[in-house]
Amino acid sequence: MATAENKLAFDGGWEYAAAPESTDHVTIDKRYGLFINGEFVAPEKGRYFDTINPATEKKLSRVADASDIDVARAVAAARSAYRGPWSRMKAAERGKYIYRIARIIQERAREFAAIESMDGGKPIRESRDIDIPLAAAHFFYYAGWADKLDYAFPARKPRSLGVAGQIIPWNFPMLMAAWKIAPALACGNTVVLKPAETTPLTALKLAEVIADAGLPPGVVNIVTGAGKTGAALVEHPDVDKIAFTGSTNVGKIIQRSLAGSSKKYTLELGGKAANIIFADAPIDQAVEGIVNGIFFNQGHVCCAGSRLLVQESVADEVIAKLKERMQTLIVGDPMDKNTDIGAINSPMQLEKIETYLEVGQQEGGEMYQSSCRVPDTGYWCRPTIFTGVSQSNRVVQEEIFGPVLAIQTFRRFDEAISKANNTPYGLSGGVWTDKGSKIFKMTQSLRAGVVWANTFNKFDPASPFGGYKESGVGREGGLHGLDAYLELGA
Amino acid sequence: MALQAVKAGQPMPDLSRVSAVDEVGVNERVARFQSRSIKTSSKIEALHLILSMIDLTTLEGQDTPGKVRQLCQKAIHLHDALPGLPQVAAVCVYPTMVSVAKRALEGHDIKVASVATAFPSGMSTLSVKLDDTRMAVEAGADEIDMVISRGAFLAGDYRYVFDEIQAVREACGAAHLKVILETGELGTLDRVRRASVLAMHAGADFIKTSTGKIQPAATMQVTLVMLQAIRDYYVETGRMVGMKPAGGISTSKLAVHYLVMLRETLGNAWMTPEWFRFGASSLANDVLMQLMKQATGVYQSGDYFSKD
Amino acid sequence: MAKAAKRVAVAKTYKIYIDGKFPRTESGRYFALRDKKGGVIANVCRGSRKDFRNAVVAARKAQPGWEKASAYLRGQILYRIAELLEGRREQFVAELMLQGSTKRAAEKEVDASIDRLIYFAGWADKYQQVFSAVNPVSSSHFNFSVLEPTGVVSILAPESSGLLGLVSNVAPAIVGGNTCVALASESRPLCAVSFAEVLHASDVPAGVVNLLTGFRAELGDQFASHMDVNAVVYCDGDNSTVQKLAADNVKRVVARSRIDWSKDDSQHPYLIRDTQEVKTTWHPIGS
Repeated sequence: MATAENKLAFDGGWEYAAAPESTDHVTIDKRYGLFINGEFVAPEKGRYFDTINPATEKKLSRVADASDIDVARAVAAARSAYRGPWSRMKAAERGKYIYRIARIIQERAREFAAIESMDGGKPIRESRDIDIPLAAAHFFYYAGWADKLDYAFPARKPRSLGVAGQIIPWNFPMLMAAWKIAPALACGNTVVLKPAETTPLTALKLAEVIADAGLPPGVVNIVTGAGKTGAALVEHPDVDKIAFTGSTNVGKIIQRSLAGSSKKYTLELGGKAANIIFADAPIDQAVEGIVNGIFFNQGHVCCAGSRLLVQESVADEVIAKLKERMQTLIVGDPMDKNTDIGAINSPMQLEKIETYLEVGQQEGGEMYQSSCRVPDTGYWCRPTIFTGVSQSNRVVQEEIFGPVLAIQTFRRFDEAISKANNTPYGLSGGVWTDKGSKIFKMTQSLRAGVVWANTFNKFDPASPFGGYKESGVGREGGLHGLDAYLELGA
Repeated sequence: MALQAVKAGQPMPDLSRVSAVDEVGVNERVARFQSRSIKTSSKIEALHLILSMIDLTTLEGQDTPGKVRQLCQKAIHLHDALPGLPQVAAVCVYPTMVSVAKRALEGHDIKVASVATAFPSGMSTLSVKLDDTRMAVEAGADEIDMVISRGAFLAGDYRYVFDEIQAVREACGAAHLKVILETGELGTLDRVRRASVLAMHAGADFIKTSTGKIQPAATMQVTLVMLQAIRDYYVETGRMVGMKPAGGISTSKLAVHYLVMLRETLGNAWMTPEWFRFGASSLANDVLMQLMKQATGVYQSGDYFSKD
Repeated sequence: MAKAAKRVAVAKTYKIYIDGKFPRTESGRYFALRDKKGGVIANVCRGSRKDFRNAVVAARKAQPGWEKASAYLRGQILYRIAELLEGRREQFVAELMLQGSTKRAAEKEVDASIDRLIYFAGWADKYQQVFSAVNPVSSSHFNFSVLEPTGVVSILAPESSGLLGLVSNVAPAIVGGNTCVALASESRPLCAVSFAEVLHASDVPAGVVNLLTGFRAELGDQFASHMDVNAVVYCDGDNSTVQKLAADNVKRVVARSRIDWSKDDSQHPYLIRDTQEVKTTWHPIGS
């Protein structure tokens, strides 16, 4: 279809002037302690680490590095709050506290959005329109469940578990905190949350919100730190439940280390989702779905549609349109309201992505990147696609966690399914076709916890999320997400 | 690139090969265009561009030569207090008013566009429609805005619609042909897309959303689908086709969103009055008020802008 | 056995059940099951790692077809198992007694096993309705969550109950469209083999249930570690090794300890849900 001469031109001409998000409503302290028992306290060993803005490489704040002693203090505070007010409180009252959190997040949404983008590098448009509103919505959703749990599980008597240890990643810092804290509190548990070391700030601001909402001290504790802090939380004997979102490797370590304990666990791990485009798909929307699937949040998304499977008869058209669309993506300052793709979260992650770009080319893949400008400082990766790759290539098999798409073609339905399922992961998948019966056959055949048909990367507090196979255990969100924080007695 | 007329007697396109359109996906894409933040110099540039793309329109049963002359004066003197303004692209009137407009615009590089083909319903015979077209062209119309036979289209008689557009195209002679799909009557975006393909293959120089007489008139959703059809047609044939959303675009903010959509769908080549028009009557003054506000920093009142 | 003295009784060979066939263990090994007086009741196959591997291959092969079978059909097949078990009630009672049960206890266990199959047969086309959801998302999408079988389930059956414990764990796994490989009670393995014969005679497709006899100490790790097993159901005992090994492919670990399977409240559809995955599907609502 597309010929070389009939190409569209997207560079030059009318361009969008800088539209920076204002930061005059944002306050970030020079240093943050640990939020334990309702107040910020200094870490026992006095150690702090920097958190930087990945778009400028400038330091935003210093954050406490919690040792196992600090973790033990947090767990003790959570235990005491659990025994004390929280588990004895009327469920409806518990719910009202969670509603308060939701409301305050809404009130301070712009501030949270700005901090999220500064600390993590994601475009302000996404933190403003997706992360923060969804985080508030999660608290709203689960607040209402607090006094209705008996209706969620027929013929069972749901009981809270106790202290939940929660470890969250850097790709959706505030949203993941909400995913973890909201259902845990609604089910009557208390919480010790460890945010990721590169993106701790919104969780610490959330601690302010929790204090402002008047929650009893110790109900939510936030301990910052790196892997060692997380390990201390996982291994602490007085924790009843571990909820982890992160890499499959760490997930396996956690599952092993919990062996022999009676701790419940949920794991939300990696993915390598196939986004499958049939010839009869609404092609322009499918191209949008591909873009949203892999370039949303710089591709730092566990359910990203990182493998494109496109039916051969439309492959050339789809790839040509995708390349044109990539030219219109604006990469750069996360605080600019027109930025589509922000900064890569950390130099470590950028290095990992760049390694895969080399590997993909060494394996014989043809790499295409958009020709956009990127800033001189900060960590950046242009939107990238690989064509001419196959199942046996590493860029097809392994989770890159960046804006890198591997494209393969297929001819028949069963071939698409077989390729899509030929992975240890099973978090999500996408199907694009105008034919209803094919959608249902596809969605039934995909071994994945979330299937987007004629859409991609949609999230909602009412919608359960979680993976098959090595993508994790358990669900978060919706009614099914309650299960993770309850014991279902007869 | 100048308008390239399509050769007469082109075969009808295979509409079964036209890609499906998912409405929710279109809505999401439109929302993304609307979330673009156009500030400062970009905004001023856009507002100038919008003015230059306007087909200043009066299409009423009560239109008189006096009214048309006043409209033409407005086209010539948008707002003389603001120097450096571009001219609007065209004045759009009924066939009987073409000669009036032509005289009123003499010496100015403003086109006269005329609706034709039993506008707005199109409920007449082909011979009447051809006469209508020829009359407008003979009176001096530079551009003809025809309506498709929506009844025939909805009844599945695509051949009739295709042949009719081809015949009108021929009757236009040197005048440019804009084909109005009246998307508000087509019902679904799938049909909008098919009608766009049909019109372009039949020789449309422009495709246009609406007559302005039916609600909904232009929306960003149907315009996006039509722009995507234009893009695919260009990639396939190398021929550029223009786009004219008409009806309901009355604010600068909305018009800027249309420009964002145009830029990110068809690219720079289409960002001129030669390839993109707004069919509008009240948009111009809102743009002028915005430009004045940008120039003075003060929010404006309609009382200070002429209404013709 | 006194009556049988009139003629020479024909002893039964207890074999394992893989892919709808009754092979001997490929290892050729056996262990003698003895009565209280030390007499040999039977030589039972001492299943090997390789037997387990073959069983998993069979289970994997059978799984997609079994999952696709209609819920109604799966219910009918479970019902059919119950019917056939009822028909061979006396044999199972006798076998349980051979393995040390009193007559009363044996009868009770067999009856409960039959009833349990009926119970789960009835759930086949209902648990989905109980556990599914239509989720009211804020965007213009139809969003629903349904259960799907997790895939191949390995089951380390309860030690204390040779038939009822096995049935209580196999039935909820297969009624939900999983296929399974179960290791029978080490001290009470006979009923498992006879139960396999019942399965074989009913309409259960080959490979849906595979039953091994042998030593848990030897095979337990395999049940937990096999990379093509999606969930391990571990009844009684210390599960720490199981969970460690299960982590290699993030297996679902279902620990069922100290459950009295003879009680009515030990049966519930949450046992089915234990080996199900929640799948959520989104689709736009538009025209």
